[in-house]
Amino acid sequence: MLELILKRLGTAIPVLLAVITLTFLMVHSAPGGPFDAEKAVTPEVLAKLNAKYNLDAPLWKQYSDYLLGVMQGDFGPSFRYPSRSVTELIMTGLPITFELAVYAILFALMLGVSAGILGALKPNTAYDYLPMTTAMLGICIPSIILGPSLILTFGIWLELLPVGGWGDMPGDKILPTITLGTAYAAYCARLTRGGMLEVLNQDFIRTARAKGLSEFRVVIVHALRGGLTPVIAFLGPAMAGLLAGSFVVETIFGIPGLGRFYVEAAFNRDYTMILGSSIFFSCLIISFNLLSDVIAASINPKLR
Amino acid sequence: MKLRFLLFLALPLLFLSCGPSESPVSRAHLDSILYMGNGTEPQDLDPHVVTGVPESHILMALLEGLVVRHPEGLDPLPGVAETWDISSDGQTYTFNLRSTALWSNGDSVTAHDFVYAWRRMLTPSLGSKYPDMLYDVVNAEKFNKGIIKDFDLVGVKAKDDKTLVVTLENPATYFLGLLAHYTTRPVHKPTIEKFGQIDTIGSQWTRPGNFIGNGPFTLDQWKLNKVLIVKKSENYWDAKSVKLKEIHFFPIDNTSREDLMFRAGQLHVTSTIPPEKVEVYREEYPDNIHIDPYYGTYYYRFNTEKKPFDNKLVRQALSLALDRRQIVDKVSKGGQSPAFSFTPPDPNSYYPPTSLDFNPQKAKELLREAGYEDGTFPSFELLYNTSEGHQKLAQAVQQMWRVNLGINVTLANTDWKVYLSRQSVGDFSVSRAGWIGDYHDPKSFLDMMVTGRGNNQTGWSNSEYDNLLIEAAKSTSRTERYGLLYEAEKILMEELPILPVYTYTRIYMLHESVKGWNPNLLDSHPYQFVSIEK
Repeated sequence: MLELILKRLGTAIPVLLAVITLTFLMVHSAPGGPFDAEKAVTPEVLAKLNAKYNLDAPLWKQYSDYLLGVMQGDFGPSFRYPSRSVTELIMTGLPITFELAVYAILFALMLGVSAGILGALKPNTAYDYLPMTTAMLGICIPSIILGPSLILTFGIWLELLPVGGWGDMPGDKILPTITLGTAYAAYCARLTRGGMLEVLNQDFIRTARAKGLSEFRVVIVHALRGGLTPVIAFLGPAMAGLLAGSFVVETIFGIPGLGRFYVEAAFNRDYTMILGSSIFFSCLIISFNLLSDVIAASINPKLR
Repeated sequence: MKLRFLLFLALPLLFLSCGPSESPVSRAHLDSILYMGNGTEPQDLDPHVVTGVPESHILMALLEGLVVRHPEGLDPLPGVAETWDISSDGQTYTFNLRSTALWSNGDSVTAHDFVYAWRRMLTPSLGSKYPDMLYDVVNAEKFNKGIIKDFDLVGVKAKDDKTLVVTLENPATYFLGLLAHYTTRPVHKPTIEKFGQIDTIGSQWTRPGNFIGNGPFTLDQWKLNKVLIVKKSENYWDAKSVKLKEIHFFPIDNTSREDLMFRAGQLHVTSTIPPEKVEVYREEYPDNIHIDPYYGTYYYRFNTEKKPFDNKLVRQALSLALDRRQIVDKVSKGGQSPAFSFTPPDPNSYYPPTSLDFNPQKAKELLREAGYEDGTFPSFELLYNTSEGHQKLAQAVQQMWRVNLGINVTLANTDWKVYLSRQSVGDFSVSRAGWIGDYHDPKSFLDMMVTGRGNNQTGWSNSEYDNLLIEAAKSTSRTERYGLLYEAEKILMEELPILPVYTYTRIYMLHESVKGWNPNLLDSHPYQFVSIEK
């Protein structure tokens, strides 16, 4: 186990370095700069601003200065929001994005696992087809359609829930959670069904049933443990995907999370913010993948 | 295990259990809170650093200049300055500051605060993007460009704590109008120096708790990408007439979301309306939809340094082949009026020449005169930044030029920063542009086309035009000045380095309970005149 962790961490460093270098090169080669604005600034002002943000130094110098800063945990000031550091922006958005992602994954697990179990227990019946067809739909409907439809139905027509915000009004976290979680719920359902079908046909399940255990105990305690392995392996990448991919949902519902900052930074040519969040997201993805490998390995001895 | 599993299932029910509640707008008349959609997240609140419209809305609440704009007519009303005298040559302004003007921490607002603020804005190492707002002041431009180092030579002096004397290079008859702009408002020196130097960008002085302003409101909360809240200031000199208790500015850059929030009663006023909804809302919400005239022009730039656009006849032909009426009626559809001049016409003051016809026949003749027989005109690219509105308009223009002149135009849709950088380096043939006047005077538009100005970006240069603007600046009478600018504008519309398309309108939704929100050309709504009634 320790070996697995160390090996993964060892490969993480070159990956991160590659991310930084490629992102650095890409942002600097993109046309347009952070200080281009509708009201054109004079060359003198532009020179002052470039000097202030070290953009007048040669590229290799900017790169090495940046790397040095990152090693000391300094991601620099945001170009777009002059009075804020990149770290501050990430730390403001992260808890919100994280909360949203956790709710979404819980929602996905609850709905997906229940539907998957149902399908696996009564394969090839309506109990199977209905949830699995719905799951397929869930995978196919993008959040840019699902989100506004939910808003229209529950926010505008039924007036049951707020149309946006995060923690401002009671119930405003429900629709974003559902919107973000649905596709993942659908994946969970299909993965659970597959995993469970495989496990339910094995001998130890027959033994458990023969011992006279209740069906509930057989399914939840004995079968689910093995049946959930594919779902758990999926959770790490899913969590990383939810964190890095919540941009659309954040925009639809006006949630002040990290995803919006990340995408807007690219449009604004906010060099430091693009780099900072890319590094941050890379770290997240690496960690979550590692975490889910570790969990999967500890649940399923076959993977060790 | 079972119990835990059930708990796990029950968790989301916790937040499902909360029911619907009364909308913020429906109870706003009780607590006097104005909820405003405010475009993008403010970059900062430093009046010498920011340039955007959302920031200007917030700074209107937090800082007050020597004068404020009349909520209807835009004429200057006394702000921090209670009275002022203008010398007979129009070049010396003496402002008498009111003794009751206070900073939000109780300090008195003095003439020295203005001197400090203007010095800061003009300090070259600060890199302010709006220093030209003060270039009418004696030596301001020279100081800003580092030609002179001694700020005492600049024409702004505190005669005593409450008297500010400003001397101008020219009798700029619009000068008072500039003093309502946020860039010319005072800043609190002790606060700025506590958190940095005079030329520090992005220090912490603009944060809640640190920000000391002199406006009708004070900064209370600033939650990134969520909301910025200002509260009524008890130290404001006219606090008794301020009726709003709080304003909540919501940064919502997604227009459909803003629209939904308005319809769900979470906003009183929006920053815009999704273009496709304008027609529907005119029917459905006639009392809420507002289409106000706006001091802005939508236009196309020609790169006059590039063939064939260096030829005046070509530019004129392209203009004649443009059916502006059709564009505003069938394409933009937001109550805009076709533009026949660069400066938007104002029936109450400057009314520019209106001479741009739609005449495809004449357009063809001009093109032939320029040496392009039918179908020989080289195809070119029309550059615009990604937006559905620009796209539709560009397609319409493409069609008109093809049908009327047989010209093949390709559309180049690029992201905002690419678009800006291509324009600034001249890598375009024709590009879309828009300009909103910073102050209510034709100079706000015409000055941009002077040779070498940063926003000219057409390469166009005309010495007669430049001279007319210089002459106009020297004039002490507004009528005479407008006459000279009229002549300049005529040259501009004859030469057509830019192709005016339409005059902007401000389109937004406003809840009927909001009073004192008057239409005006600069979309300026000082909050001390706004109230919420049932």
